[in-house]
Amino acid sequence: MSAPSPETTLGDGLLSALAGFVGELRTAGVPVSTTELLDAVEAVRQLPITERATLKAGLAGCLVKNEGHWRTFEALFDLYFSIGIGMALASQEDLEGFPAHLDDSASSDQLSAAELSEMAYRALMEGNRELMAALAKAAVSRYAGMEPMRPVGASYYVFKTLRQLQADALLSQLLARAGEQPALQGLLDADLYRRRMEQLRRELEADVTRRLVAERGPMAVAKATRRALPEDMDFMHLGREELAALKRAVQPLARKLAVHLARKRRGHKDGRLDFRATMRRSLSSGGAPVDPRFKSPRRSKPELWVLADISGSVAAFARFTLQLVYALSSQFSRTRAWAFIDGIDEVTDLLKGAGDIASAVSSINTQADVIWAEGHSDYGHALADFANRWGAEVTSRTTVLVLGDARSNYHPAEPWALADISARARKLWWLNPEPSAYWDTGDSVLAQYGVHCTGVYECRNLRQLKTFIEQLD
Amino acid sequence: MTGMSATGTPGNRFSSPAGTKEGLARVGYLADDGTAAVVYLADRLGKPVLVEGPAGTGKTQLAKSVAEMTGARLVRLQCYEGLDESKALYEWNYKKQLLRIQAEQVAKQTESWEELESDIFSEDFLMPRPLLEAIRAQDPVVLLIDEVDRVEVETEALLLEVLSEYQVSVPELGTVTARQVPMVFLTSNNTRELSEALKRRCLFLHMDYPSAEREREIVLTRVPEIQQDLADQVVRTVALVRDMELKKPPSVSETLDWARTLVVLGVSKLDPEIARQTLNVLLKHRSDLERASKELSATAG
Repeated sequence: MSAPSPETTLGDGLLSALAGFVGELRTAGVPVSTTELLDAVEAVRQLPITERATLKAGLAGCLVKNEGHWRTFEALFDLYFSIGIGMALASQEDLEGFPAHLDDSASSDQLSAAELSEMAYRALMEGNRELMAALAKAAVSRYAGMEPMRPVGASYYVFKTLRQLQADALLSQLLARAGEQPALQGLLDADLYRRRMEQLRRELEADVTRRLVAERGPMAVAKATRRALPEDMDFMHLGREELAALKRAVQPLARKLAVHLARKRRGHKDGRLDFRATMRRSLSSGGAPVDPRFKSPRRSKPELWVLADISGSVAAFARFTLQLVYALSSQFSRTRAWAFIDGIDEVTDLLKGAGDIASAVSSINTQADVIWAEGHSDYGHALADFANRWGAEVTSRTTVLVLGDARSNYHPAEPWALADISARARKLWWLNPEPSAYWDTGDSVLAQYGVHCTGVYECRNLRQLKTFIEQLD
Repeated sequence: MTGMSATGTPGNRFSSPAGTKEGLARVGYLADDGTAAVVYLADRLGKPVLVEGPAGTGKTQLAKSVAEMTGARLVRLQCYEGLDESKALYEWNYKKQLLRIQAEQVAKQTESWEELESDIFSEDFLMPRPLLEAIRAQDPVVLLIDEVDRVEVETEALLLEVLSEYQVSVPELGTVTARQVPMVFLTSNNTRELSEALKRRCLFLHMDYPSAEREREIVLTRVPEIQQDLADQVVRTVALVRDMELKKPPSVSETLDWARTLVVLGVSKLDPEIARQTLNVLLKHRSDLERASKELSATAG
């Protein structure tokens, strides 16, 4: 697009690093079009390559158009450009620092365990970046015990190093220190120490990654550490960190869902003729109704009712479900929620009263009356009970959302109950956390319910939830 | 004005990413390295920047500051649901056209219909709206398309021609091409996913709440009367509050408001009592207030 700047010409090394990097981004699921790739090539030409932060931001601007993909980008960038560039450009820092610390065991092994933990304590106390980086190098050399060609990702070694450093003990020591401070200051200090610990973890990860890449090359490491994008992660198999990410992602989705429902309320100008107003207007034209007036349609206030299966078979999904329901009820005041296993109970007030999702979940687990006989899913009984107790309150303004796998442990399905609710409700959607291939196998009775639903959707990850929300219009 | 090519190749507004950062700092906008890099790159590649992030992180201010820094005029298009061509691109001034035709009749001039038609569909009767105005501008401009996520997906298409070719097609006149490639900023609060076509044409910049160090700089710059220690406490408390599960986490401007409040009250050191009393400057929802004051008066550990 613009004239190439004379000072930089792209080295083959850099270009191939970029090509490999984009290839890996695409493999990870980040969509990168050709235009965007060309932008990135141009960006690498225009930016000072020695400043990593600048290059990273510039490339991200060209290649990553979705904030959720940032972490994937960041991890891969570190793989391909921490070393890739160093080698392509023979930049001083990498050439000097790098081979040295591959076989630097001699120098850093001299630090004893006590010295290392003293160093860690100081690094966390002072928040000194250089000290932290040095500590990371020394700690990884001493503790990680990296074995060549062992196909594990960086997190395994980071975990090992942290454990040997006794990071948990260190942190609680610091937290105790913070606890002695006056109230607010203590709180702030505790927060600071936690953030620094996180920073140390990242330093360790960066160091381990550097070593892994030097040993095996970026592609192999990328393959070993490849993770799904947040929107593709299966609700059923989420780790702790992923759950936290999910929590952040659910909030905007709940808002979107609420916006979709609220948008329906804006009136369209297709109301019926307002006879009285039209006659009144016609007086000015001698009784000829030249300017017909229309009633604006009555705005209905939509309600959202959510029925969530919280039984063991969908435990992981239920965590997500409750998160969604909680987020919805904070966004959309006309949300009512029920939880069921083989009995069903309304949990709207429990959700509204709870300050956050954790206390909401615990109060549902302790207070909601969701077990009727044995505590195994019984959709038939739960739905029949729902239809009997609350069915009469379902109106044409109610949208009902059922979240569950329809695995009813061979109890009678009682599809009439759902048919009854569906007939009264405006819409009835069913979201199923199971892959659609498993539907109606074994004790799944989804087909019997499906015929009474406006739609049944597979909902195993955020992408599918997003698709569902977007088709609501 | 048809077919005039864009002179002034992109890429000479800023000297380097570092220079961009300094320039922005001179007009009072403290950008981080990433922001400076993307702004610099946008200029070099001649591409628009799509800035996305939570409310109150300085997205709109970035465009204003770039305009101020480069001495350009800011042309702003505020998006809303129902925005259409006649509000975004251009509109024919049909009252004026009508007058022109009536004047014709009064003067009993005998102009042929073709002449009249080409006359009333000329530039004199065109009312440029922000997009056309930015494209036609003779002076340097920065175009800000604010809250682009508020328009419907269909309306987004209106922007595509402007964003990729820097031109506007007016059927009666032909194509109006920019004389200089303006800097374009689009902001979005991410209330909905923008179309791939739009994203592809832009460089993407995610703007999150600033780091504690950067926010401290911002507070010290904007509230010069504040003492270092207090500024430090303020931004760290805000960081803590942002990590709670709130309906609306405090924005940077709310941090500044809070800092100013504390200065006016003559506070030199923050304690839980003062924090609780002044928290309503920072948080606007009652449930958020309750939650934050509860957590702030808890002890560490």
